[in-house]
Amino acid sequence: MTELIRFTAAQTASAIAKGEVSAVEVAQAHLDRIDAVDKKVNAFLHVDTEGALSAAKAVDEKRAKGEELGPLAGVPLALKDVFTTKGVPTTCGSKILEGWIPPYDATLTSRLKDAGVVILGKTNMDEFAMGSSTENSAYGPTGNPWDLTRIPGGSGGGSAAALAAFEAPLAIGTDTGGSIRQPGAVTGTVGVKPTYGAVSRFGLVAFSSSLDQGGPCARTVLDAALLHEAIAGHDPLDSTSIDAPVPAVVEAARMRDVRGMRIGVVKEFAGEGYQAGVMQRFNESVELLRELGAEVVEVSCPSFTLALPAYYLIAPSECSSNLARFDAMRYGLRVGDNGSRSAEEVTALTREAGFGPEVKRRIMLGTYALSSGYYDAYYGSAQKVRTLISRSFDEAFAAVDVLVSPTTPTTAFPIGERADDPMAMYLADLCTIPSNLAGNAAMSLPCGLAPEDNLPVGLQIIAPAMADDRLYRVGGAVEAALNDKWGHTLLEEAPAL
Amino acid sequence: MNLVSYEDALASYDPVMGLEVHVELGTKTKMFCGCSTELGAEPNSQTCPTCLGLPGSLPVVNAIGVESAVKIGLALNCEIAEWCRFARKNYFYPDMPKNFQTSQYDEPIAFNGYLDVQLEDGSTFRVEIERAHMEEDTGKSTHVGGATGRIHGAEYSLLDYNRAGIPLIEIVTKPIVGAGERAPEVAKAYVTELRELIRALGVSEARMDKGQMRCDVNLSLRPHGREKFGTRSETKNVNSLRSVERAARFEIQRHATVLTDGGTIIQETRHFHEEDGSTTSGRVKEEAEDYRYFPEPDLVPIAPSRAWVEELRAGLPELPRLRRARLQAEWGLSDKDMQSVLNAGAVEPIQETIAAGAPADQARKWWMGELARRANETGTELSEQPITPAQVARVAALVAEGKLNDKLARQVIEAVLAGEGEPDEVVEKRGLAVVSDDSALGAAVDQAIADNEAIAAKIRDGKVAAVGALVGAVMKATRGQADAARVKDLILEKLGVSA
Repeated sequence: MTELIRFTAAQTASAIAKGEVSAVEVAQAHLDRIDAVDKKVNAFLHVDTEGALSAAKAVDEKRAKGEELGPLAGVPLALKDVFTTKGVPTTCGSKILEGWIPPYDATLTSRLKDAGVVILGKTNMDEFAMGSSTENSAYGPTGNPWDLTRIPGGSGGGSAAALAAFEAPLAIGTDTGGSIRQPGAVTGTVGVKPTYGAVSRFGLVAFSSSLDQGGPCARTVLDAALLHEAIAGHDPLDSTSIDAPVPAVVEAARMRDVRGMRIGVVKEFAGEGYQAGVMQRFNESVELLRELGAEVVEVSCPSFTLALPAYYLIAPSECSSNLARFDAMRYGLRVGDNGSRSAEEVTALTREAGFGPEVKRRIMLGTYALSSGYYDAYYGSAQKVRTLISRSFDEAFAAVDVLVSPTTPTTAFPIGERADDPMAMYLADLCTIPSNLAGNAAMSLPCGLAPEDNLPVGLQIIAPAMADDRLYRVGGAVEAALNDKWGHTLLEEAPAL
Repeated sequence: MNLVSYEDALASYDPVMGLEVHVELGTKTKMFCGCSTELGAEPNSQTCPTCLGLPGSLPVVNAIGVESAVKIGLALNCEIAEWCRFARKNYFYPDMPKNFQTSQYDEPIAFNGYLDVQLEDGSTFRVEIERAHMEEDTGKSTHVGGATGRIHGAEYSLLDYNRAGIPLIEIVTKPIVGAGERAPEVAKAYVTELRELIRALGVSEARMDKGQMRCDVNLSLRPHGREKFGTRSETKNVNSLRSVERAARFEIQRHATVLTDGGTIIQETRHFHEEDGSTTSGRVKEEAEDYRYFPEPDLVPIAPSRAWVEELRAGLPELPRLRRARLQAEWGLSDKDMQSVLNAGAVEPIQETIAAGAPADQARKWWMGELARRANETGTELSEQPITPAQVARVAALVAEGKLNDKLARQVIEAVLAGEGEPDEVVEKRGLAVVSDDSALGAAVDQAIADNEAIAAKIRDGKVAAVGALVGAVMKATRGQADAARVKDLILEKLGVSA
């Protein structure tokens, strides 16, 4: 039974489809695992035991009736607590939403349910997805299963940790500046930020609307592709959703062939601040791609150095507006309503008590950046930088099929180390942010352990918008070659919990 | 405060006006979600995650809303943007579900237009249009327990989000200069013309009494000969045509009073009071409100294709001004008569009455006479009288059929206005039909002759004009229900005199 939790999603679905195991057994094995380890890991904010078992039962019944099962039917999944779930609490890691039970499902949530995916519960995250360590959660930090004293990345640390701790074979994250990829990198798991607009944002509680993108997290590239296919596709409820066929990602994940592909190494993502072991594993991966028959060239994108400051103007600006709705009037926390205070005072007291320091910092930054007299200098300039970054990508993709870089400059840092130094924290997303600003697709997959600390290193692959399949083609080939070389998957080296 | 007289104010100052009109579109669903816009539903029954601003919800643009905006823009002779975006207007208020209003900022869908309006003397005044843009309405607050009905001092407030997200078009004029003493009249004529236009386009009923059309009057004064505009006041939510005129007039006098006293006008919003036509200070704008506008990232840009815009232009209905010229010709009215019909707001009712089968002169007679008088007395709109054009047409038909005479018809109209039912019911219930039964009349005629033998004798002697007195007596005896012409004939017949 314990082996069930080590199955990939593809293996699990196949075993259920063949009747080798029931979906209920699979769900129960994962619920037991959560029970056993999550006190230590704190990946989940809410475990929906009843909902998970009933969804699993429905899959088993469907199978018993001989109905056709989807490619992920019965596979358990950990859902980032930023997607609404009808009847199941959704907090976004914030006190201000404590106790809120959404009356509706996000489009992504309904697609998962329709696919027969078993949602185990909601995972921990930096408050409103603002952070790179999950330390900004109002409900305590999540530990990195490789070393519980270290951060699992953020904001989607809960989803990544759930995968690495074998609490779920699949998870959902959202990536605004790296919140899927950076946790993937530091936990030795796979995370994909699809092209902006590929996965519906309806029901994704917004941090920065023009950057937020939901995406798949998994332990293998193929599993990520299967999940990608289940959640992507046009949604009339999201005006920014792409109305075009989803690229053939599953097929690409199975190709394992990069011969003739042109791969660009981003020159700017190296140097000061990059951990030696991270660069070592990254360079080995580049070498591996060459051995596999890809053509590797160096590419320069000078505008990428402006990405971080531009991001920290655009994202807070949008967040200051998106988070204005938390005013204690209709849902969530209400503080100070003693019958004599005005609505204005109650709103102020609630926001004071309900938001954590990082969220307040960004609301203030954004409010300032959008103020009249400052708008052009801040928000306006940042939008221009955004255009420059898109152009840099366009030029690069005219010469190469994909770009590669380390996902994050360092391996997982100790909990608390950067908590009081926002700038140091922001640097964790240095390599991931440009893709959010340009809206293209990117993946992080494990490429080894850094020799100096034995912690996972992530390889980032970046593809043009709507060419998400290239991520899976390159990622699938690298993963297969590395597993061959190691004789096992990287996660098998993770210590027992 | 003793106000400077209107004449004195105009002797020293030149008014500059800006009018901002919000029109609620008559779309079936809201601007950014599929909720119904039907008025009068149970509070908060027409809401969804999107119009409640629940976390995670997203807007989707109502295509009919955009089409209506383009139609309004075209009818106002505006340019239609080739590409424009929505913007977020950020401010906190409990009836704003998201604490930002999805609106348009520096990229309105329509801009640079004009509307020619007709003044009471028949002359035309051109009001230039700055822009028309799309936005969503807020929820509705009801403040309970305070003296003013406003949020300050209220014990509690009730929020109804049924209105939240209803599509609005905000139409903003350029500064209206050069209207002089006619500024208040121009304001009223503009709002009237705009209302007619909106109705003709079929995009809204534009009922001011139902809040479907709301007007803000911005006004400032400058001394004659000065270029620079003075500081303006913004009188919010002036909600009838008459009030628009009164608010402008009051503000002209108030500004002049302050300025003449050597005071300064502060930029502020003001509330208009229907009871006495005055305004009082609302919120003082110490510094310009900072709405932190930025392009709405949850929506994609609107790019109306030129072909589509031309298609809409070609499909525009006859515009009110042109329609009025046509109706004037059809009804055979002089300029002056047509102007009084317009001033009385009687075009629609008359037209509908004619459409319901009444002859043009009858339709005009009733609406411009009896009903206009009543509207005037009660200070209400002609179209708001509790009688329908169809009912007026029915009364006209009864007269034409000889079943009612003029006097009885007037009584029927009054009864309908009083809510006594349809014209035929009133005739029935009140027994108002003309007495046309000759035998019944004959008795009354005999009686009148018997009672007035002296007069009868005169008539027999050829003084036919004296018959009026006998007719009067018969009419009195039949409580006015007889056909006077028939009575006259009968009397003359009885007395053996030919008419």
